[in-house]
Amino acid sequence: MAKVTLTVNGRTVSGECEERTLLVHFIREKLGLTGTHVGCDTSQCGACVVHMDGHSVKSCSILAVQASGSTVTTIEGLAGQGELHPVQAAFKEHHGLQCGFCTPGMVMTAVDMINRHGGNLDEATVRAELEGNICRCTGYHNIVKAVLAADAEMSAGRQAAE
Amino acid sequence: MGIEGIGARVTRKEDKRFLTGKGRYTDDMVVPGMKYAYFIRSPHAHARILSIDTAAAQAMPGVIGILDGKQLLADGIGNLICGWMIHSKDGSPMKMGAWRPLAADTVRYVGDAVAIVVADTLGEARDAAEAVVVDYQPLDAVVEAVDALKDGAPQLHPEAANNLIFDWQIGDASSTDKAIAEAAHVTTIEIHNNRLAPNPMEPRATLGIYDGAEDHFTCYTTSQNPHVARLVMSAFYNVAPENKLRVIAPDVGGGFGSKIFIYPEEVVCLWASKKTGVPVKWTSDRTEAFLTDAHGRDHVSQVKMAFDADNRITALKVDTVANLGAYMSLFSSSVPTYLYATLLSGQYAIPAIHANVRTVYTNTAPVDAYRGAGRPEATFLLERTVETAARELGVSPAELRRINFIREFPHQTPVIMNYDAGDYEASLNAAMAAADWNGFAARKAEAAGRGKKRGIGMSCYIEACGIAPSAAVGSLGAGVGLWESAEVRVNAVGTVEVLTGSHSHGQGHETTFAQLVAERLGVPIDNVNIVHGDTDKVQMGMGTYGSRSGAVGMSAIVKALDKVEAKAKKIAAHLMEADESDIVLENGELKVAGTDKALPWFQVALAAYTAHNLPSGMEPGLKEGAFYDPSNFTFPAGCYIAEVEIDPDTGTTDIVQFVAADDFGNIINPMIVEGQVHGGIAQGIGQALLEGVHYDENGQLLTASFMDYAMPRADDLPSFKLSHQNTPCPGNPLGIKGCGEAGAIGSPPALINAITDAIGTNALTMPATPQKVWKALQSAH
Repeated sequence: MAKVTLTVNGRTVSGECEERTLLVHFIREKLGLTGTHVGCDTSQCGACVVHMDGHSVKSCSILAVQASGSTVTTIEGLAGQGELHPVQAAFKEHHGLQCGFCTPGMVMTAVDMINRHGGNLDEATVRAELEGNICRCTGYHNIVKAVLAADAEMSAGRQAAE
Repeated sequence: MGIEGIGARVTRKEDKRFLTGKGRYTDDMVVPGMKYAYFIRSPHAHARILSIDTAAAQAMPGVIGILDGKQLLADGIGNLICGWMIHSKDGSPMKMGAWRPLAADTVRYVGDAVAIVVADTLGEARDAAEAVVVDYQPLDAVVEAVDALKDGAPQLHPEAANNLIFDWQIGDASSTDKAIAEAAHVTTIEIHNNRLAPNPMEPRATLGIYDGAEDHFTCYTTSQNPHVARLVMSAFYNVAPENKLRVIAPDVGGGFGSKIFIYPEEVVCLWASKKTGVPVKWTSDRTEAFLTDAHGRDHVSQVKMAFDADNRITALKVDTVANLGAYMSLFSSSVPTYLYATLLSGQYAIPAIHANVRTVYTNTAPVDAYRGAGRPEATFLLERTVETAARELGVSPAELRRINFIREFPHQTPVIMNYDAGDYEASLNAAMAAADWNGFAARKAEAAGRGKKRGIGMSCYIEACGIAPSAAVGSLGAGVGLWESAEVRVNAVGTVEVLTGSHSHGQGHETTFAQLVAERLGVPIDNVNIVHGDTDKVQMGMGTYGSRSGAVGMSAIVKALDKVEAKAKKIAAHLMEADESDIVLENGELKVAGTDKALPWFQVALAAYTAHNLPSGMEPGLKEGAFYDPSNFTFPAGCYIAEVEIDPDTGTTDIVQFVAADDFGNIINPMIVEGQVHGGIAQGIGQALLEGVHYDENGQLLTASFMDYAMPRADDLPSFKLSHQNTPCPGNPLGIKGCGEAGAIGSPPALINAITDAIGTNALTMPATPQKVWKALQSAH
C-alpha cells in the first residue's frame, strides 16, 4: 500500500491505496468525488479529465502515487458551491450535454482549451482540440457552440478587467 | 405557449447536477459492505467447458466467493429469453437456444460469461480471476450469418438446425413476382448493413444487494426500462418475486437501445449477493462492453425494385439474412422483422412488397436493437436502391422520389403499417433549398478545380415510433404490452410530482415533462418534479426506447392531468359557488368564465388536502394515475442531404454540409429535439464512414477498444443545418411523433449516396473508410 497526499479542490487530502491505483479511482473511491468518470480503458474517451497543477490530464493515465504532492481540480471544484463556471453555464445555455456522462471531462477539457487559446478559438480548433473527448449523445454540435460562446464570454470578461 | 410551456426553448432542469459532477450513475453507488465482481469470460468463440478449477484462486487475498454456471443452474436461475415470438412461414415457432447467465457446459462467443469472482477490491477480484483455470475444448466457430447457413457450418444450438432461428416473410410474394416480371425496369442490388457497437459513454454496471432479513433484493442497474427488468427477472429468470425485487435505474449515461435488455450480469450479481452475503457491484470496462453489449444491424439483403414505363415503383422484393449472434437477446427477433420489413414501403406508394427474413445464430455477441432498430436497415436498403434506380433510369434522384411519394393519408402499405399523416414533399423541398441543391453543379466544378471530387446525396426516410399499440404488437408476437403509465401528484401547496414509467438517459424528460405540466396547470417548471427509474416509486412502466417517451409516455401524463384538472375544477366550482362547466384553468388560476372570480392553483390544491369544504362525497387529495395505450404507431419522416468532397489521393471523405429536414409532429422543446437530431446524425455518420464491428474468422473480436473501433470524434463531423416541417400526429393528444432515432435512420444512405455520386461508382459498403473509397475509385477508373 502507498500513502498519497495531494490538494484536491483546495483541500489537502491523504489516503492509502494500492500502488497500482489510478488517480481516477483514487478520486472516485477514496475521495468520493464521483463526478470524474471512467468511460474506457485506453485513455481515449476523456470522461476522466481533471486539472493537475493547472493543466488538463486524463486521470486514468496517471497513478495516484504519481499525483502525490500535486494540486488537482475536479469538476466538483471548478466553481463555488451552487455556482456555475462560465463554461458550465455555456454548456447549459447551448444544450451541450444530454446524458451527462462525458460532460465533466468535456468541461474540464474546454476550460483548459480556453485557458490556452484565450479568445482565439474557432470551430476547427475546438473540434481538433476535442479529439480526445468522446460524446455519443450530442454529435458535438452544441458542445462546439458552447465552447465558442464560453471563450467569447471569458475573453470579453478579461478585456473588461484590463 | 407560456414561457415554459409546450414549444418553449427552455434550458434543462437536470443540467446543473451533470455539469457540477453531481449526477448519480450506477457505478457511483456505494452501500455498506459492498464488494466487487469480476466476470471470467470465454476467450474462445466456441468451446466446451471441460472443467473449472478455482482452488488456487479461492485462497487469494480478498476473495469472498467464486461462483460458476453449474451452481447457478442448481439454484434454479432461469435462462435468458427473447420476449417476442416470431413464427417461420411454415408456422413453426422460432428456435430459441438456451442462454445461461453463466455458461455451464458450452461457450458460444468470446466474452460469454463463465464464472464470477467476488472480492474486497476490483483488483483482487481480477487477480483471482486470472488464477482460475478453465479447461476449454475449442470447437469450430462461424462468424458471418451467410456462412452459418451453409451445409457443414459449425452448429451453435441443438434447437436450431443449420443455425436458422426463423425463416419469416411479410407481404405478397406472387403479386410482387408478377410485377417484377412485367416491369419496364428492375433495379437489382445487394445491400450490406454493417454491425455496430452502441457504445453509450457510461459502460453497463449493476449493484446487486440481498437483504437476508427481509429476503429482498435491490438491483441498481444501467437500464432504459427498470420495470421491464424487474418483470423479466421475476417472471422468467426466477431471481425473486416482483414484491421482493426492487430495480433502480438512477442517472444512466446513454443507452441507444443497448440498455433495454436484461443481461447476464444483473441476474448473476443479484444471485451472487445472496450466495456470498455481501452487496456485489460490477462495472463493465470498455472492452467488456464491446464484447458483450448487444450489437446492432448486421444484415445482408438481396433487393429487386420494379418500375413501370413512367418510373413509378410497382414492386419491391427483399431477401434478408440477419445475424442475431450467439443467443437471442430480449427483443432481437422483432428488430429484423416487425421493426424492419414493415417500413420497406418508405415514403413511397408501392403496390406490391414481399420480404423474406432469415435470422441466424453465429459465434458473435448477441445482436438486438440499436438506435433506430430495423428502421435504419430498411431506410438504407430502400434509399440506396431508389438512388441506384435513379442513376440507372437517368432521372434526378429528387424527381424519382417525388413521383413516387405517398400524398394521401391515411395510407395503408402492403406491409402492415397505416401511415396517418405526413408531407414528404415539404421536407424534400426544404432540404433541397437549405442545401442549395441547384447550386451543386457549380460547387462540384469549383471543387474539381482543386482536385477534389464533390458529390451530393439525399435520403427520404420514414420510421415508426411511439411504440406501440399493445393489442397490435401482441398479435405480432410481443410478450409485453407497450402502453405507458403516469401518476400526477399535486402536493398541498400546489407543487407537482409526476411519476412516469418512461426513463430518461439523456433525453431531458425532467424538463420536457415539466413543460407539459406548466402548460396545463400554469405551475412553474421549478415546481414540478419528474420521478422515474425506481420500481418502488413508480408502480409500473415500459421504459424508453423507440422514440416512445413523448408520444406514449407524455400521453399518459396528459390523461392523468385531465383527471387532476377535472377534480380541481369540481373543487373550485364548489368553493366559488359556480357551475363546474364554467370553470377554466388559465395562467395558474381557476376562474369562473365571464366573471372576476378566481382562485389560485395552490389554494385549490390546499383545499383538496384540508378537506374542510369539499363537494359532498368527494375524497380528499389531488392525485391521479393513468395508463395510455396508443392506437397506432407514429410516423416521423424527413429528408436528409449530405454533400461531400473526396480527396482522390487518399480516399478521405470531408462532409462539407449536412442538411436535415424533419417532420416530428408537434414539438415540446425545440432545443432538446435539435439535440436528439444532432446525436442521431452523428451516429448515422459514424455508421456510414467510421464504425464497424469486425471479428476474425475464428470469432476473435478485432474492434474491442476505442483505439480499434472508430467512434465519431468532434473533428470527424461538421455542424448540421436543421429544419422542421411538422404535420401534427392525429393519433395522440399532443400530436407528437418522436425524434430520438430519426438522425441515425436518415443519415447513412444520404452519405453513401453522396460518396458514390462523387466517385462515380455505386459499389461501396459501409463504413466507407478512406481505404474503401480509394479502392472503389481505382476500380472505377
